[in-house]
Order: sequence, then C-alpha cells, then structure tokens
Amino acid sequence: MSSTFLGMPAAPPRSPYGTGNLRGERKFPAAAHDELRDEQLRRNLGKATRTIRGKRLDVTAELPDWERLRDAGSAIKTDTMNRLPELLQELERKVTEHGGTVHWARDGVEANEIVTRLVQETGSDEVIKVKSMATQEIGLNEHLTSRGITAYETDLAELIVQLADDKPSHILVPAIHRNREEIREIFRAAIPGVDPELDSVPAHLAAAARAYLREKFMTTQVAVSGANFGIAETGTLSVVESEGNGRMCLTLPRTLITVMGIEKVLPRYQDLEVFLQLLPRSSTGERMNPYTSMWTGVTPGDGPQEFHLVLLDNGRTAALADEVGRDALNCIRCSACLNVCPVYERAGGHAYGSTYPGPIGAVLTPQLAGMHAAKDDPNSSLPYASTLCGACFDACPVKIDIPSLLVELRHQHTEQSGTTAEKLAMKAAAQVMKRPRLYTAAQKAAGAGRVVAGRDGRISHLPPPFAGWTDSRDIPAPPKQTFRAWLASAEGAAELRAAAEEGARKPGHDGEQVGPGRNGTHVSPGRDAEQVGPGRDGTHVSPGHDGEHVSPGRDDEDGDQG
Amino acid sequence: MTARETVLGRVRDALALAPRPEVTVPREYRTGRTLPDGERLALFVDRLTDYRAQVHTCTADRAAEVIADVLRERGARKVGVPAGLDRGLLAGYDGEVREDDSNIPAPRLDELDGVVTGSAVSCAETGTIFLDGSADQGRRALSLVPDLHVCVVDLSSVAAGVPEAVARLVPERPTTLISGPSATSDIELERVEGVHGPRTLDVVIRTDV
Repeated sequence: MSSTFLGMPAAPPRSPYGTGNLRGERKFPAAAHDELRDEQLRRNLGKATRTIRGKRLDVTAELPDWERLRDAGSAIKTDTMNRLPELLQELERKVTEHGGTVHWARDGVEANEIVTRLVQETGSDEVIKVKSMATQEIGLNEHLTSRGITAYETDLAELIVQLADDKPSHILVPAIHRNREEIREIFRAAIPGVDPELDSVPAHLAAAARAYLREKFMTTQVAVSGANFGIAETGTLSVVESEGNGRMCLTLPRTLITVMGIEKVLPRYQDLEVFLQLLPRSSTGERMNPYTSMWTGVTPGDGPQEFHLVLLDNGRTAALADEVGRDALNCIRCSACLNVCPVYERAGGHAYGSTYPGPIGAVLTPQLAGMHAAKDDPNSSLPYASTLCGACFDACPVKIDIPSLLVELRHQHTEQSGTTAEKLAMKAAAQVMKRPRLYTAAQKAAGAGRVVAGRDGRISHLPPPFAGWTDSRDIPAPPKQTFRAWLASAEGAAELRAAAEEGARKPGHDGEQVGPGRNGTHVSPGRDAEQVGPGRDGTHVSPGHDGEHVSPGRDDEDGDQG
Repeated sequence: MTARETVLGRVRDALALAPRPEVTVPREYRTGRTLPDGERLALFVDRLTDYRAQVHTCTADRAAEVIADVLRERGARKVGVPAGLDRGLLAGYDGEVREDDSNIPAPRLDELDGVVTGSAVSCAETGTIFLDGSADQGRRALSLVPDLHVCVVDLSSVAAGVPEAVARLVPERPTTLISGPSATSDIELERVEGVHGPRTLDVVIRTDV
C-alpha cells in the first residue's frame, strides 16, 4: 500500500461550523432548563428509559460471557481504528469488486452533494429512507428538500418526528419524547387519508404507518440508508432494524445509496459474531432484533441493481487524532448510555442540540464539530452535562470510558478558554489550600454560609461570583464543624482510638476502615462547644452534623412524579 | 487532491498524531458450542415463541401435511414459492401455488397471501433464522412483501449460538436475519408485532432432517 504521507502530520479539521445537525442554538443548561419544565416529556422519558433499562439487564445477565464479549468488542473497535487506512481501502476494493461504487466525502456538505447528484442521475425526485444517524448528522433530508427531492422517513419513530416537523431526541427511539396520544394527533393531522377515528392503541398506530408507507415502498425507485457495520474483508454492509422498513428500502428500490461514517468499518466477517450479540441486547434489550440485512455489492436478480457507498469523514478524523477522545469513535450507537443516564432521563435528547444526545453525544459531538471558544459554542457546554456517575461506562457494550472522556474534554475546554473567573477562583483556591492556617480560616468563613441556607439546610442562590454554581443545583449548607476540626477534637481522637483498638482485637482484619463514618457516627447539632485538641491553632468551633452524602441522582429514579 | 486522498491522508495524520499500541482481540467468549438435538430444539422453540412466532415441529414425512394445515388455518389461497423449493412440501395444499421469478415486479408479490421458503441456518439461543437467497429461499423480496411467511427449518441447520451460526454463512450472499415477525417498540417502548415485514411468521421445524 502506498503512502502519500510526507512531512509533519496536520490536525484534521472538524465538521464545518454551521453545517449539519451537530450543534444546538443554546447551551445545555439553558436548553435543559426549559425541557425540565415539560412534565409530559419527563413522564414519557422516565417511563421509557425505565422499561428499557430493565429489559437490557435481563438479556445481558442471560449470557455468561457478556463481559468477555464486551472485551472483544472493545478490542475489535480499537484494532479497527489502528488500521483504519488499510481497512477502508479493503472495504472499497471489495464493494467495487461486487458491483458497488464507493464515494468519499470530506464532510457533510460534500456527502449531501454526492447523494443529491446520485438521486438526480436516477431521474427520481423522491427517496425512501432507513433510519440513519449519519444522514441525520449531515442534514441530508433538509438538503434534498432544498434540491426538490422529497425524502420519506420509513422508521416509525422517524416518521413521527418527520410528520410533526420535530427533531429526534434519542439514538434508537427518536420519538421517545412523544406518548401515544400525541402520536395519534400527529398522524391524524399529517397522514393523508388516515382514519379520523384512529385511536391511540400502539398496534393501531403502527398499522396506520404500515398502510401509509406501503405504497411508497412499492413505488419509490431510490433508497438511502446508513450502515451499522461495513466488513472490510468481504465488502458486506449491514443494517440492523426491527420493523421491516429497512428490508423494504434495502430490497425493493432499483438504486440504494448508503452513507456510512468511516469508523463503522469492521475488519472481519467473523467480527459480526460479537456485535450481533452486543448490539441488540444493549439497544432494545432483545436477544436479537427482528431483522438484520446484510448485502455485498449487487446481487443479480435480487435487490437493488445499483449500489453506492458514501464514506463520510465529517470530523471523525479530528476525533481520531485525539489520544483520549478517539475512543468515542468506537460507539456502535446502541443508546444504552442514554437510557441509564440520570441527566438524559430528565433533560431529554433535545437539550443536547445534536443528533447525538446523552453521554455518548456529549463526548462525540464536541469531537466531531469542535468547541469553538471564540464563538461561545453551545457544544462547549456538553462535557459538563454529566454528573460523572459512571453508569454509562458500565452499560457501554464496547466499554467506552465516557466519564474520563468528559473530564478530558472539560480539560481541553478550560485550556482553550483563556482566563476566566473560574480559572482565577481555582488559582486562588490552590493558594489557600497550600497554607493550613489560611485554609482553616477560609473554612470557618465558609461556615458563615449557614445564614443564607433555608430551613432545609440547603442554599439555592449564592451571590456572584458563585451564582453559576447554584444556577443548576442547590448546595448543602456548610456544617457547623469541619471534618478537620472534628478529627482534632477530643471526641474525634476518642473515636479514632476506639476504632484502632477494635481493629487490633480482630486478627486478620486489616483495619482499613478505621475512622469516622463507619459506625454511622452522627454528632448531633446544638451540643456544647468544645475546645479543639492541642497543637492546633486554637480555633473555637461548635460540633455540627457531619456532611451528608449527596447522591448523584441515579438512585432516586422512582422518586420523581411519573 | 481527491476526497479519497484527502480523507485517507487525514486518517494517517490522525494516527501519526495519536499512535496507539497494537491490539490483540481476546476471543474468550463462547464459540464452537454444540447442544444435543433435544436441547437445541427446546431452546430454539422457546426463543421463537417468545417473539410470538408460531412454531410447528414435525418429522419430514409429515411436513407437507403441517404446512397445508398452517396455510388453511391462515386462509392463504394463493402462495408464492421460490423456484428451488421442494414442491413435495406443498403436496397437501389445495390452493394456488405461484413459482417466483426475478422478472416479476416486487409490488406484484403483494397479491400473494403468503410465501413458503426454506432457510439456510438458524441460531437457537436467539431464535434467529438466516435466509441467504439460495434456490429454496428465493430473492429477498419474496419473503418480505407477502404478509405471511411460512419458513421450513431443518433441525440439523440450527446452531447453538450466534458465533456457531455466523460461521456457517457465506458472506457474499444477500443474507437476512429474521427473529420473529416484524415488530416495533417506537411508541412508549411497547412492543407491537407486525409493521412492514410479514406480520405472521410460522416456523415449521423438521426434527429429523
């Protein structure tokens, strides 16, 4: 294989600013603030994510080798990224050998132009579409419309979104934010000739979609799809689906155009044995999705006789150039991380502003499209749209360490953004923390914050410059006594001694848990003030109740209404 | 530079900027599993039933009778078959049998009440049937457009798990994996069987083939 690489490598560009659907209009906190007020949305999301979480756990627990499959999946994707140039060329060669045509697109704009030209060459002014994240990302439908080509979404959820002139809010179930009543209203308003008596029974709604789309499937000559996998070794493309709309689009039209991100390639056909287990169980919580189609170029007498594969970069190489961030490219779009995320479950997908919402969206979107400091980019808020609770990492079938990626992106954002109030505050804090006396004094001063706390011991509004912190969360009032003060007190010393003695009485116990908290120590407020122990700075403190543990919100999932 | 050269150049640049050590893929998950006939059958039937496919088990000599019963029960008066299907399988059926031909426009397959096909491979653990376009299965449109699919599966072609089934496939053949009738969970995550693909899937398992 020849290499055209000469001299210093250049950092590849992100997806061009202002194109496609990889950026919202507002930052996450502002968008989430409004979405959170929509009680219907929260009920719909809460119900759906709870259901799917349970299903996923059931079917993943069923496989004794689930963790080994995750290890294999993770390694296959990493291996793929390492060998991407040769694998892409192999895929191109195999697809071409089997009668397909391969096109390359530097970005979404170029991919849109290629698809438009290919559709125009067929003479058709309409296409049927299989649900596809890549074409959503590049805004293909909008582009086709502007060129006089009508795109019909055929996945039920995408159809709901399209008919309502709405945006998808989930990778797998784009209309997850809609309930059956809303869907019935959308269908009654937008499907020509629909039964005005249509009720909201899901089976009846699905039947209405079947009747509406049947004629499109039978008559439309061009289909556009994405791809879940593209096998380099054999040139085989694959689409994983449920409804049969995928099979219809991939089988009945004369021409098929598939838009695939370059990271979707897999080295070997055998690798399907891993991903056909990981993907359905992680995404819909099924042992297998109802339908998967696999095709290699063109088969005479069976299916489309013209096949085009468009390989899309659009910022993927920029992500690949990031040592830490490139792991986000391993994503197989199962959406398990969305369903377990306490932030996604409450804010919903629209708040992220990107085709890719949720935890994976918060790391993938800024990498594909960048976080432009000079433009006050909404994407720069995405790495902060997380409590870093780690549920997404646990759920990810290819073990993407999303929390670490988020932290890395926060770091990059801070590095990019020059001198900010936050940076200055952090510098000041570092100076204070270096000096024990100053630190103790600062802690004591912070204790004054108790006066602004409500009766529930929480502070909802801090004055500037700290207001940013309380805009999106309450903080607990500072305790009357700090841990350091407690430890230095007679009571603390006695507790420590008692714990050490107990540890010594139990042979074999390594005593690692010595210290307060272990036996539920709770110092009740309002006790007499005590002098702190010798050798300290003689600060006079009152014992207060010790800091409570604040949960990141995951374990109260049944707590909110819905 | 062409887009191809540009993209490939960017990929190489990216890998030069952030090199990673080589990876060996650990394939320690279960492969090469076998199960005795009885267990494989029971597992396969359990999974198919879970997807609300209708399952009929029989010996080869009774298959024609079972298929005829199924078609009668479904009210199918006109069924399509791929050219390579053993016509003996329809010996007990008294309705109209139409042999498929790739020259027949796919929309005309909509006139059929159902279709009877063979199958290439199946996977017991997931209840999945693999069609690969062989002569007894026909082109993909045939098993897609009609609303009823009667699929004949031989127990010998049922593998235990996914790796065992994938190993038996011919990659270049157009392959369709079918796990129950078409379904959607797009409305409130509630599973509804029957959207665009055949709304009824009857699986006839020949236990002695």
